[in-house]
Amino acid sequence: MTGWPLVADPALAAEFRACPLGHHSPALQKLLRVFRTLPVPGKHAALRVDHRRAWKIVALNGVKGQPLTEVSPEIYTDWNEVEWAVFKLRWQQVFGTPVPGEIG
Amino acid sequence: MRRIAGYTDRISARPGDRVGFKVSADPDVARYRADLVRLWCVDDHRDGPGVEEEVVPASFAGDWPARHQPVRLGSAMEVRGAALIGLPRFALRLTFLSTLENDRPQTLAATDQWLVALVSGTLVLEAGGERATLSVPVLPNRWWQLTLACDGTELRLSAGCQDGGRDTSASLPAPPGGFARLPLLTFACDSTGCCCFNGKIASPQLWDGPLAQGASFASWDLSADMGSLQVPDRGTQGLTAYLVNMPLRAVTGPLWDGSVQDWHVNPAHYDAIHFHDDDLGDCGWQDDFTWQVPEGLESGVYAARLLPEGGGDAEYIPLFLRPSTPAADAVFLVSTCTYMAYANYRVMNRSNLYEMYLGQVPEVVDSDLYLNLHPELGDSLYTTHSDGSGMAISSRLRPILNMRPNSTLSAFSDDGWIWSFLRHEGLACDMLTDEDLDREGVAALAGYRLVVTGNHPEYVSTRMWDALLAHRAAGGSLLYLGGNGFYWRVAFHTEVPGVIELRRAEDGSRPWESAPGEYYHAFTGEYGGMWRRCGRPPQTLLGIGFSASGFDISRPYRRLPAAADPRAAFLFEGVDGDQIGTEGLAGGGAGGQEIDRYDTALGSPRHALVVARSDGHTEEMMISKEDMPAANYMIGAPDNPLCRADLTFFETGAGGAVVSTGSIAWAAALPTRRFDNPVARLTANAFRRLSDPAAFPLPDGAVP
Repeated sequence: MTGWPLVADPALAAEFRACPLGHHSPALQKLLRVFRTLPVPGKHAALRVDHRRAWKIVALNGVKGQPLTEVSPEIYTDWNEVEWAVFKLRWQQVFGTPVPGEIG
Repeated sequence: MRRIAGYTDRISARPGDRVGFKVSADPDVARYRADLVRLWCVDDHRDGPGVEEEVVPASFAGDWPARHQPVRLGSAMEVRGAALIGLPRFALRLTFLSTLENDRPQTLAATDQWLVALVSGTLVLEAGGERATLSVPVLPNRWWQLTLACDGTELRLSAGCQDGGRDTSASLPAPPGGFARLPLLTFACDSTGCCCFNGKIASPQLWDGPLAQGASFASWDLSADMGSLQVPDRGTQGLTAYLVNMPLRAVTGPLWDGSVQDWHVNPAHYDAIHFHDDDLGDCGWQDDFTWQVPEGLESGVYAARLLPEGGGDAEYIPLFLRPSTPAADAVFLVSTCTYMAYANYRVMNRSNLYEMYLGQVPEVVDSDLYLNLHPELGDSLYTTHSDGSGMAISSRLRPILNMRPNSTLSAFSDDGWIWSFLRHEGLACDMLTDEDLDREGVAALAGYRLVVTGNHPEYVSTRMWDALLAHRAAGGSLLYLGGNGFYWRVAFHTEVPGVIELRRAEDGSRPWESAPGEYYHAFTGEYGGMWRRCGRPPQTLLGIGFSASGFDISRPYRRLPAAADPRAAFLFEGVDGDQIGTEGLAGGGAGGQEIDRYDTALGSPRHALVVARSDGHTEEMMISKEDMPAANYMIGAPDNPLCRADLTFFETGAGGAVVSTGSIAWAAALPTRRFDNPVARLTANAFRRLSDPAAFPLPDGAVP
């Protein structure tokens, strides 16, 4: 997280909410690079709990042999909702504030 | 949760062949139920047909007692069966280079009466319950020479760095009368097979008296017979050494100075072996049951399904059954080299860049949780060893948990879409594995007009490639249903079936690089790396070759003007609309993940027709590394027009033809709308026409 001003711009959260996977503006791409390269300990992942496709959010720990940590018991059946949930967690982690509630 | 795992001694079989099933269970599992099942779809995705399996009667079906079978992890060199070190006087010398400094003992040489090891970067001698330590720390990644000498009264260890500095020594008393005669001398592990070394060992020699007086008693030539698990002894005793768990051979030794790159040219520069504490060549489990494949069983994808008593996930041990003689005009080439390359790929806890490669949140499934708890099952060719060097050897003689239904990062799971599609369309197709094709060559394809590939036939041996060329030359056809295919050259071990070697040389999208001077395979002596860098771009075989990768979303193909060419009309019968593959279970389209392009500069035939092309990919779809001569910003699809999948057709000139789809996601687009979609129709059209005996004439003026 160096070399450019990282700003908690709600417009970027709204852009991601509208399209978690797809074409993104350059500013959102940069933000996602920060989010996606966070250190492995504590990094979020999706644990598939039903092969028909349902997931829980978990956290990696970076240590081989150590179990995952469940972040939330909530079960998602839409991958975009997984992406959005993780995005919000990382927003809070990086900026120290929640994603503005009106975004979703 | 999984409580049981297994593997077979062979990956494919024909009627009459005997297959050994090797099973290990958690200690609290007393029994398990075994059945033979036939598989088609191997993914329960809600928008597909779900896992399709049918129980098939088999002689082994029934209850079996369970047992735990351990795995020995870590490679070593062992000299067995000779009374070696019972001499009152002896000297042992070797050169070594440590590649990992940690506080666990790493054994350089041992019997059960003495041991020389590295502990926290310090050389340690242990004998008679005592320990002596050398005062100079051993720097990693430098060549050091050590000598262990016994003069009848004391055991003296001395060592020094090849690059200079002070030699040091330490000693322990020898037992009166010398050491007892011992049946086993080990290098790189202790006498129990534990405490493995990470690094290279070179020039091990043994004298039955003071050092270097007269011919050595034993002198192991690590530069000889590179493809073998046996290391010849050039000394007076003929004490052949045996390698355990496939350490990496054909690596640079202490004499290597960069003047040679090919170990054939100056073997003396390659007188070394690289050992790792996480090498795994063969679990070595005993058979739980065997099965003789009966006559009359259809060729297909089968598995032994094991259900542990008391509950737990079912284990599936796949087996690809071939027919006694071809029972169809087409044969599916099962990408077992790719399955082995990705075998037990660890999704959890990779580098913090892993998510950047994916372009989305990583997904973990239950087999990943199991693998996380079981390091003894080894890893894939996509990771590095404990010491950071690339994992260059993969064996299928172990449970491969992502060669199972419902696994992640699995070409196997995605090939299930194709197997299910063939079944639903009633397209008869025998099965053949990469390993069969490597072993038997084009003879394995006799009687088949069409070879169909899987979704990701990325790893290919020379004999496989040559066999497909010969198939084409004999009038055969190819239906390439994958992306990033025929990309890396691999070599099969010449002594142990089911083990492949990969050198990630020169270039390519790769998680590690082979070390300088180590671009030639040990198993075959061939130059390794990308086929494109070996002078055989995939375009020369398939018409297209790897161009870009991106795992966020997939995109449809759009028809190009060549689609209207009468030569390609057969592909589009019943295919309506301008776009092909607007839906799919991998990213929502048919063009995605890893995609290939037509490129005459890389050998695509001039007369080939690119009938459709994927477009609209995002910035996550990035140009292949080898297509970027120097770093620049034109990386993603919106900027770089080479980031595309080209659906391509051409006649071979020998009567056959090639249809190449060029996308990993193509296979996962087959099952949408119950296989009633343009991707499935076009694939079925290609399959039927390419299987047909009517020859494809070469267009006037075309050069195949």
